[in-house]
Amino acid sequence: MLLTISTTYAPATDLGFLLHKNPARMHSFDLSFGKAHVFYPRAESSHCTAALLLDVDPVQLVRGKHGVGFTLDQYVNDRPYVASSLMSVAISQVFGTALSGRCKGKPELAELRIPLVARLAALPCRGGEALLRQLFEPLGYSVTATREPLDPRFPEWGEGPYYTVELAATLRLRDLLDHLYVLVPVLDDDKHYYIGEAEVEKLLKHGEAWLAGHPQREAIVRRYLGYRSALTRQALARLPQDEAAAPDEDEIEDKTAAELPAEKPLRLNDQRLDAVVGELKACGAGRVLDLGCSTGNLLRRLLDDGQFTEIVGVDVSHQALDVAARRLHLDRLPPTKANRIKLLHGSLTYRDRRLAGYDAAAIVEVIEHLDPPRLAALERAVFEAARPKTVVVTTPNREYNTLFAGMQPGQLRHRDHRFEWTRDEFRNWATRVAERFGYQLRLAPIGPEDATHGAPTQMAVFQLG
Amino acid sequence: MPITLPNLCLVVLIGPSGSGKSTFARKHFRPTEVISSDYCRGLVSDDDNDQAATPDAFEVLHFIAAKRLRAGKLTVIDATNTQPESRQPLVALARSHDVLPVAIVLSTPEAICRERNVARPDRQFGPHVVLNQIRQLRRSLRGLDREGFRKVFVLNSPAEIDAAAIVRERVWNDLRHEHGPFDIIGDIHGCGDELEELLAKLGYAKAPVPAEAGDWPDVLPREHYAHAAGRRAIFVGDLVDRGPQVVRVLDTVRAMVFAGTALCVPGNHDIKLLRHLHGHHVKLTHGLEQTLADIAAIPDDRRAAWQADVTKFLDSLVSHYVLDDGKLVVAHAGMKAEYQGRTSGRVREFALYGETTGETDEFGLPVRLNWAAEYRGQAIVVYGHTPVPEPEWLNHTINIDTGCVFGGRLTALRYPERELVAVAARRTYCEPARPFLPPPGLSLQQQLDDLLDIDDCLGKRLIDTRLAGKVTIRAEQSAAALEVMSRFAANPKWLIYLPPTMSPCDTALEGQWLEHPEQVFAYYREAGVPEVICQEKHMGSRAVVVIAKGEEAARKRFGVEDEGRGIVVTRTGRRFFDDVAMEHALLDRLHQSLDAARWWDRFTSDWFCFDCELMPWSAKAQELLRRQYAAVGSAAGAGLRDAVAALDASGAREGEAPAEPGSPRPMVGALADRYRQRQDCAARYRDAYARYCWPVNSVADLRLAPFHLLAAEGHVFTDHDHLWHMQTLAELAGPACRAGPGAAGDVVQATHHFLVDLADPASCAAGVRWWEELTAGGGEGMVVKPREWIVRGERGLVQPAMKCRGREYLRIIYGPEYTLPDHLHRLRRRSTGAKRALASREFALGLEALERFVRREPLRRVHECVFGVLALESEPVDPRL
Repeated sequence: MLLTISTTYAPATDLGFLLHKNPARMHSFDLSFGKAHVFYPRAESSHCTAALLLDVDPVQLVRGKHGVGFTLDQYVNDRPYVASSLMSVAISQVFGTALSGRCKGKPELAELRIPLVARLAALPCRGGEALLRQLFEPLGYSVTATREPLDPRFPEWGEGPYYTVELAATLRLRDLLDHLYVLVPVLDDDKHYYIGEAEVEKLLKHGEAWLAGHPQREAIVRRYLGYRSALTRQALARLPQDEAAAPDEDEIEDKTAAELPAEKPLRLNDQRLDAVVGELKACGAGRVLDLGCSTGNLLRRLLDDGQFTEIVGVDVSHQALDVAARRLHLDRLPPTKANRIKLLHGSLTYRDRRLAGYDAAAIVEVIEHLDPPRLAALERAVFEAARPKTVVVTTPNREYNTLFAGMQPGQLRHRDHRFEWTRDEFRNWATRVAERFGYQLRLAPIGPEDATHGAPTQMAVFQLG
Repeated sequence: MPITLPNLCLVVLIGPSGSGKSTFARKHFRPTEVISSDYCRGLVSDDDNDQAATPDAFEVLHFIAAKRLRAGKLTVIDATNTQPESRQPLVALARSHDVLPVAIVLSTPEAICRERNVARPDRQFGPHVVLNQIRQLRRSLRGLDREGFRKVFVLNSPAEIDAAAIVRERVWNDLRHEHGPFDIIGDIHGCGDELEELLAKLGYAKAPVPAEAGDWPDVLPREHYAHAAGRRAIFVGDLVDRGPQVVRVLDTVRAMVFAGTALCVPGNHDIKLLRHLHGHHVKLTHGLEQTLADIAAIPDDRRAAWQADVTKFLDSLVSHYVLDDGKLVVAHAGMKAEYQGRTSGRVREFALYGETTGETDEFGLPVRLNWAAEYRGQAIVVYGHTPVPEPEWLNHTINIDTGCVFGGRLTALRYPERELVAVAARRTYCEPARPFLPPPGLSLQQQLDDLLDIDDCLGKRLIDTRLAGKVTIRAEQSAAALEVMSRFAANPKWLIYLPPTMSPCDTALEGQWLEHPEQVFAYYREAGVPEVICQEKHMGSRAVVVIAKGEEAARKRFGVEDEGRGIVVTRTGRRFFDDVAMEHALLDRLHQSLDAARWWDRFTSDWFCFDCELMPWSAKAQELLRRQYAAVGSAAGAGLRDAVAALDASGAREGEAPAEPGSPRPMVGALADRYRQRQDCAARYRDAYARYCWPVNSVADLRLAPFHLLAAEGHVFTDHDHLWHMQTLAELAGPACRAGPGAAGDVVQATHHFLVDLADPASCAAGVRWWEELTAGGGEGMVVKPREWIVRGERGLVQPAMKCRGREYLRIIYGPEYTLPDHLHRLRRRSTGAKRALASREFALGLEALERFVRREPLRRVHECVFGVLALESEPVDPRL
């Protein structure tokens, strides 16, 4: 809510000319989300500080949003108190002249590199102090950051996400404002408005002088554009190139991606899907189920293989199915292809007649998302009610976790995992299921195998005997 | 000529064009009962006579007919139907819906047909058409029986057609007008001693046959069993074979049926005997040899007459009965819902033999398809056929063949009481081919309930509730619930209740309050409620607790295995504790309280279900508190601190330096004041949530405040008023439960409450004061309920509860600074209508779930209600309410 800019340039009060705001009085502005005030806590020739104070109207902030994504966070909200994209809006509207590098009274001043210190109270830094430094230090700032405690009365709750930050450098004021305009929302990582193509233009305009050479430019672009991959690609392509072309879609970090970063280098997901498709092909299946298909990674591979004549993706999340439909371009596929695939909203803990009578089912990285007492229902729903001839199940091998860099002992690979099994635990479960429901069982590792800890993923292939 | 039709059949009118079919149909049937091919032609082509549209028209005709037959509606097909190939699909349609196909032939002379057609401008086809149709009809007449028509009526002249009268009669199996009470008796298999012992135990006594029973068969003793209270027996069949006294059993049953004190459906053994008596060749195995030996012992001079009489009796038996307004069905081997009240060969086969998979098991017996597991009908189905160790309810069905002849018991089900009465076999008369299975660990229903069917949850659903009639769940609501239920909820077997949402009171119109007791009192006064109970609203997390006397009791009643003796779930059905040990410890404490208060005996129940608040808030909401509440507090603290400091510095400077001429004087000072006010709000906000947080290191740090005793065995406690609930639950926190250190009474907490007489202003004022005291210290506020659980007003259910929250507490809901006048005044505009509609429906569903569970209905019936609550909760409603 508060940005102060100080200088010790002599005469320091020239800051008033630069900002186009007279230090002698307070200036107030009406903005869409409330008010902004500019005033000068200090105005001496040796030291001048200008303050931009946002008076965000919390009631107004919420009122416009009725009907969409109702959650309580919108009411009890940090937005009125922190530096966010609202601050960027205020900078561009209140300090527009300064931002464009004009200075009416003293034009030469605008091009002058002067010592400046910006201070932001309560700057949310998703990514922590490390990211804060990675963003500002390459631009020549010396960074001082003080982390605010969550609540001094409950020290056990730990530190909060907010920092009070001082950024000191000698540079043109317009550069400082450009940096803040782009990097404050990047740190906050939570834009208050819809991100469309106009954002690409804003980013390129305010990043023109410095973004292309910034070592964190990809992260900056991605975050600034709200992880929208198409926009990110567009923006990166328009930055002067000095290295590899834009990454392909898979490599663009999905904010909601389930996978642990530690798994990434292995491209384990690809190996896993290859192994599963291999099993499905080997058993000669034509009509297959992908139970827990999520956003359709396996479905896409199955669709590309003519052996699979009927492919059914099932997921409990409507949202995931919508994404899958979009990613598979179901509305644009030629009918011969489109007729081979369908997506069903369903749950693996309920018997579902629609799933009966298929050749094979894949259950990839799904069981570990169920509470153990609910597995019994899944077992019966799949092996007794749906009863495909072949069932392929994969799940993490917990023993391998110790080989992932950055994983704490006992930590699971994803926060929604209810359990992860050792190889023995998985074998016991699979053996019991196979016996109970009359299936033959074969177990296989997926991914690089370690002599002691086994492979990162384990797979069971059940076949009706 | 009277034409007698069963009240459910497919009537096929047959006659050439112009024979008068439509007129006949109009005269004798309701317009909706008649489907005419001309009309269907019009539907698909705008032209009743467009012959090119015929194939499509008949597709529509068959489609409509199929829908009607499935719904059990008599249907009349008005088309010429003179060709066998047009009748054949109609016969097939009738068969596939297990109704009788009936042909009514209008054999009007050609001249008349032609004359009528000529008179109609829309029927200008050549005379050869009618002639052809008449020829086809003549050729068909003799073969209609063979084509499958079970009744054929031929009307040969306009006079006969005019004179025809249609009489509709009940189908044989339709005894819906018989309301009982009944005693339904399982497979007897010649166990005469046990039968008579059972009849006696049920209250039947031998009585002489009244003289007026004129046509009493000579071969039958002139006495029968009758019940003093007029109850009647229903035998599920298999009277004969295997056992020692087949003749005696046949005589006893026959006498009762003749005298009208019993009904009887046939079993497969009875039918096999009948085939033998009819002279068909049947194998003398599976006990028929005993039957024949017993018959052979009848004196020669009586035997032939006896056999003739038994043959007549067995021939007269109807394969199944639908009784008591369709609420009860009796058949030997059971009856699927879609077959009930229908008549066809396959319905009869099903009644006699059930459905088998075609495979045989390791004892060489046919593997039966478990139709009862799939049963979704409303009627209770009572049957026998396959001996079971214990009769068990499964989806409204019960098998009462307890294998008397195999040394088990002869069992009767008293209807409508649903009580089982049995007598033990005096000995094993026959060794069963398949040994009696020992009772399994879980009941059949519980085993079946391990797997719920998605069809019972997904899609648009109408749930019948006692309190609010049909509650509609929209498809997208159930879709949303499926994800929550599948990913997060506990085992559905534990989920016998989910709490409803609760609306706040109307908004206070002025002053510093957003919510005030006056508004609650006004609402209930308006609704005609005389007295309300105000209950302290604890600020923790809603918790539904199910606790059984032990793990074994939990297994027996809830059908859960290895899941302990109880559970604590959140309002969305999720396990409250991630830490199993903590849950156990809490249940232990509660168990001690229940022991100390001697509740197991007092309520003769080995389980209870409580609606509670579990504190502290931070125990469950730790993440929310850190991520949301504390974070906002932290941001507000830092932001406002710096803002106030900057404003003060600027203000001080303003004070020193003379103002520039013409500029307005200190605005900064005023702004600083406002920011200091905001700072104060932020500090109060942090105090507000902090009050509900304390570290939980062990169970002793938890507080459980039960406010409803929801249910125990055989009882849902909505018939006791809320004051009773408060006082009764207080026992669990009472002195008896506090004995000893670490006792349960320290964890269980009673709830402060206050009765208000809404007609008495003084009482209302006292209620307001009570609330003010409660909230002055930062308390969350209160929940106000009518003293009685269920109150109906002019517009349906009165809100079962309404909350009135404290001023400080509401900072957590409406934001730290909501009390600033310019905010408060805008926040007053809020609408509670949607929230209240949801609250009523969810309340009805929650209690319905409990009532169904207590009535021991199948889990899917309980689950659909609980699922419904969750589904309604997906409705977007202002979360601040």
